[in-house]
Amino acid sequence: MANDLFTYTMRLADDAAILSQRLAGWCGHASHLEEDIALTNIALDQIGCARLLYAYAGEIEGKGRDEDALCFNRNEREFTNLLLLEQPNDDFAYAIVRQFFYSAYVLLFWQALKSSKDERLAGIAAKAEKEAAYHLRHSAEWVVRLGDGTEESRSRIEEAIEFLWMYTGEMFEMDEVATALAEQGIAVDAAAIKPAWNKSINEVFARADLSVPTGTWMQTGGRNGEHSEHLGHVLAPMQYLQRAYPGLVW
Amino acid sequence: MARASAHLATPNASDLLEKARAAAASVVDPEIPVITIEELGVLRDVAVEADGSVTVTITPTYTGCPAMTVFVMDIEVALDEAGFEQVRVETVLSPAWTSDWMSEAAREKLRAYGIAPPVGSAGSTGLFDKPDVACPRCGSLKTERISEFGSTACKALYKCGSCHEPFDYFKCI
Ligand SMILES: [Zn+2]
Repeated sequence: MANDLFTYTMRLADDAAILSQRLAGWCGHASHLEEDIALTNIALDQIGCARLLYAYAGEIEGKGRDEDALCFNRNEREFTNLLLLEQPNDDFAYAIVRQFFYSAYVLLFWQALKSSKDERLAGIAAKAEKEAAYHLRHSAEWVVRLGDGTEESRSRIEEAIEFLWMYTGEMFEMDEVATALAEQGIAVDAAAIKPAWNKSINEVFARADLSVPTGTWMQTGGRNGEHSEHLGHVLAPMQYLQRAYPGLVW
Repeated sequence: MARASAHLATPNASDLLEKARAAAASVVDPEIPVITIEELGVLRDVAVEADGSVTVTITPTYTGCPAMTVFVMDIEVALDEAGFEQVRVETVLSPAWTSDWMSEAAREKLRAYGIAPPVGSAGSTGLFDKPDVACPRCGSLKTERISEFGSTACKALYKCGSCHEPFDYFKCI
């Protein structure tokens, strides 16, 4: 049970940390100054969320690993984030669709986790929910703007939607760990929030006349540490300092 | 907003508590120096133990808000200056902070400082709704949002169509 709770909390922490690192990659590279600030502000919220979750996971584990040890001293195969979140910043449209798919999901996820029997997770969820709602506003507006914009912006967001769609199934998977904790009233029944997620995606896409992909084949593996080739490239710059100078503090 | 609780009943206790509470409540937001942490709703509790040690409880506005570290240091300094040597600052997450906790007086101070205060109450707007934000300088409602995000985690960026000044809007969350 303590082991399941550690595993579950680490998944959520890794989600926040990897997305944060991806978003931080836009610093100095976004389309315009305001958007640069927006993406890095969302990254900052994700760092805050990751810190709370890693710190809690470290306490559950009880082996003296703190938030930094958990984030910077684990290898690729030990990370259990969703594959969607490690996908590259190839194009602004990719970053927006990735954020939109995830924010629409995680808002529902935090809303459900707020009533977890685990008080710490419930407290973190209540905090993260407000921020996720704000991130969803931001990405949803961009989905409409790009979808409804020029021919080029539309074709680019359509490509991003088509490519990232196969990574959305993983968000709603329930494995043994999640199921056992859900039965105890601790974890969220992720499969149960899928209809609400579909509704939210449909509504926003409809505003820009974008179609929801019909593909049903989904990528999976992130929760077991099986990643795409991209994760290593996310971890390398993120972990460099602690790997080169173990234990270094500012 | 902040509760004050005494944990001992010597004649001096309530005076000490009041002194500690006032010191903690005097700390201002480093990024919005006209608002105290009490007015912001960040200060949740001040307690003085029998041995004179103080515990100050705060809650973060945003999970990643870098100002939180500064809040902690400033609280320690303020209490040290008030004569308290043993100070501990604790952070709680529940109940989650909301901009709804800011008093009318605090909102007025924000406006006078050039920051438009939050409009309405948290969670009351739909996904694509846009609140009517009044320009803090000229009061015009002919304003335009430039970015959902601004110079700090708690602010968005707006521009006034009447006086043409850009301004910060304190996000409603
Ligand atoms: Zn104006």
